[in-house]
Amino acid sequence: MSAITLRELTKVYPNGVRALDALDLEIADGEFFALLGPSGCGKTTLLRTIAGLELASGGSVRIGDRAVTNLPPGQRDVAMVFQDYALFPHMTVRDNIAYPLRIKKVGRAARQDKAASTADELGLSALLDRRPGQLSGGQQQRVALARAMACHPQVFLLDEPLSNLDARLRLEARTFLKRLQRELGVTTVFVTHDQAEALALADRIAVMEGGRIRQVGTPTEVFRRPANTFVAGFIGSTPMNLVPARAHGDELAVAGVRLPVPEEARGRLADAEDVVYGVRPEYLDYSPEPAPGALTGRVVVVENLGSFSLVSLDLPGDDDTTSVQVVVPEGREPQPGDTGWVVPRPGRSLIYRDGELVTGAAAPPVPAPRTGVGADA
Amino acid sequence: MVQVTSRPDETVEGARPETGASPAPDAAGLGRARAAGFLVPSMVLILLFLVLPAAWTIYLGVTNYRLTGLAAAHPEVVGLDNYTTALGDERFRTSLLLTLQFVLGSAVIGQAGLGFAIAFALRDRRGPLRRVVEAFVLLSWILPSSVVAFLWIALLDRDAGALNVLLHTPGTAWLLDHPMLSIIIFNTWRGTAFSMMLYAAALENVPRSHLETARLAGASTAQQLRDVVFPRIRGHMLTNLLLISLWTFNDFTPFLITAGGPEQRSEILAVYVYKVALSGGELGFGAAISFLMLLINLVIALIYLRMLGRRKERA
Repeated sequence: MSAITLRELTKVYPNGVRALDALDLEIADGEFFALLGPSGCGKTTLLRTIAGLELASGGSVRIGDRAVTNLPPGQRDVAMVFQDYALFPHMTVRDNIAYPLRIKKVGRAARQDKAASTADELGLSALLDRRPGQLSGGQQQRVALARAMACHPQVFLLDEPLSNLDARLRLEARTFLKRLQRELGVTTVFVTHDQAEALALADRIAVMEGGRIRQVGTPTEVFRRPANTFVAGFIGSTPMNLVPARAHGDELAVAGVRLPVPEEARGRLADAEDVVYGVRPEYLDYSPEPAPGALTGRVVVVENLGSFSLVSLDLPGDDDTTSVQVVVPEGREPQPGDTGWVVPRPGRSLIYRDGELVTGAAAPPVPAPRTGVGADA
Repeated sequence: MVQVTSRPDETVEGARPETGASPAPDAAGLGRARAAGFLVPSMVLILLFLVLPAAWTIYLGVTNYRLTGLAAAHPEVVGLDNYTTALGDERFRTSLLLTLQFVLGSAVIGQAGLGFAIAFALRDRRGPLRRVVEAFVLLSWILPSSVVAFLWIALLDRDAGALNVLLHTPGTAWLLDHPMLSIIIFNTWRGTAFSMMLYAAALENVPRSHLETARLAGASTAQQLRDVVFPRIRGHMLTNLLLISLWTFNDFTPFLITAGGPEQRSEILAVYVYKVALSGGELGFGAAISFLMLLINLVIALIYLRMLGRRKERA
């Protein structure tokens, strides 16, 4: 059992910066968990506090059934892979992988065997006698992973695991990491500022801002149903459209058009209440013809993104800055200056009041964390 | 050359045929003579103040030249007599041994050890504590030798010394009872600043993530030093040891405190040469010993450079 439980975790640096603010979080055993947020949101501090490299100013950290809040990093049974991999340049790959075992006083022969077998799992057998300086970035990362795996820790911590790789290698490494984690079944927490990375890799994501967690959920949940406008703007390769709206009974006035209030918010809005209407560009359909229940505006920018284009429309309104973006499949792009209509897909629109999602459900349903995986490992 | 590449009709119109200046192989186009002109002043200075005195010392070393007396007027070449005398002289060999103790004790162990310890202890500290410690350590380095010597005599004096007052040991003659220990501690105190600053800069180069990886593996401070810090700053350590060894080997300041005494028990080579050549007036003999010191310095330098070179090959 190696679930991670954080209770009221607080970290205040000597200069008064509150990096973590009474944070509660549970990470299930075997879960691949992402800490996502803009720089300075406290995600790296949180990772380092789990590792023991920073001591918590308040609250507690449990790993499995052990309270580790005040234990030094070496006694927490965690392994961390740093952004720069932190391979020792004067040691061979073999010695680097075997290093934690050497510190744990494992015999020379035993630890070299372990290093060789771990390297074999990661396809590093041919590189055992090289030095880190002679390896490519991707190979270095795998050596760092092998070093973390060699002593069978309860928890892996990865700090920006993909950021030091070039774009092509990053995709490869992403698939590799996800597969490795699935096979090993070890609880893994990683930090990233890249929402695409978090969506692709993680079983669950915690989106952080200003030392607090703004939403925890599966990639699908945080993508489809952001709990607040911060998450809505942060998640997704194109941010969610957030348009000011006013409630009128069961209808919303959005940019001069009447739209039905989404199901889950129905009956929860006061009359004439000002809210924010949110819908992802992916969940809007563009039409060159007038369509019922559509927002309308003038096309201002068309950005070609390969198999589709991102089209921006200016909506008429009190302030002429309101605009929406819509994803249009290839071959159907309008020209700038055209008038276009966008139809929200049913069930994909959200209402935010004071930045928080208006919803009937107390909390979105959380699927049970994956357990018992890696039976083939 | 320019004319070769330009077309004939252009040279007519340009009306500026190249004069026959010699083709300049240098980028600045100075020409050999003018380039040499820039070098001559510094070459003259080097020749005058470095090469000539060195050659003069080597020459003196094979003569019986003295400050006074008949040999001062008509020095005679005595071949390698001075060298055989020196190498056979008990006093020279004792002095060499004392010098090695002095270098090992005050430079390699004292300055480098203490300097590293301070730099390592202060590595993550910013703010007043670090600045105060660094200021005091630096102060002992930049004060003039004569001032520092006076302070240390005042500290170690038998009758009114501050140390005896502090330790309640009136009448203990530190400089007479422990002359070598005194000058070793003195020189450690005096020279630690350089090692401290060099190591502080070197430690900045040790990536934090490497130390943290070792900590996560459970490494103790000693293991972190062995596995992460020392391999990383080996080059800095060797360079530092080379410099402070040579400086300490040639250091004359201890003379200001013990004057080589008592009974030549703290007579390191620099002091020995001074006494023989200037007090004793045997300039020829002194020059021979100076040359021997130069050779020993070269050997020390070569050993360190060889170690540095081997490190580069392995990296």
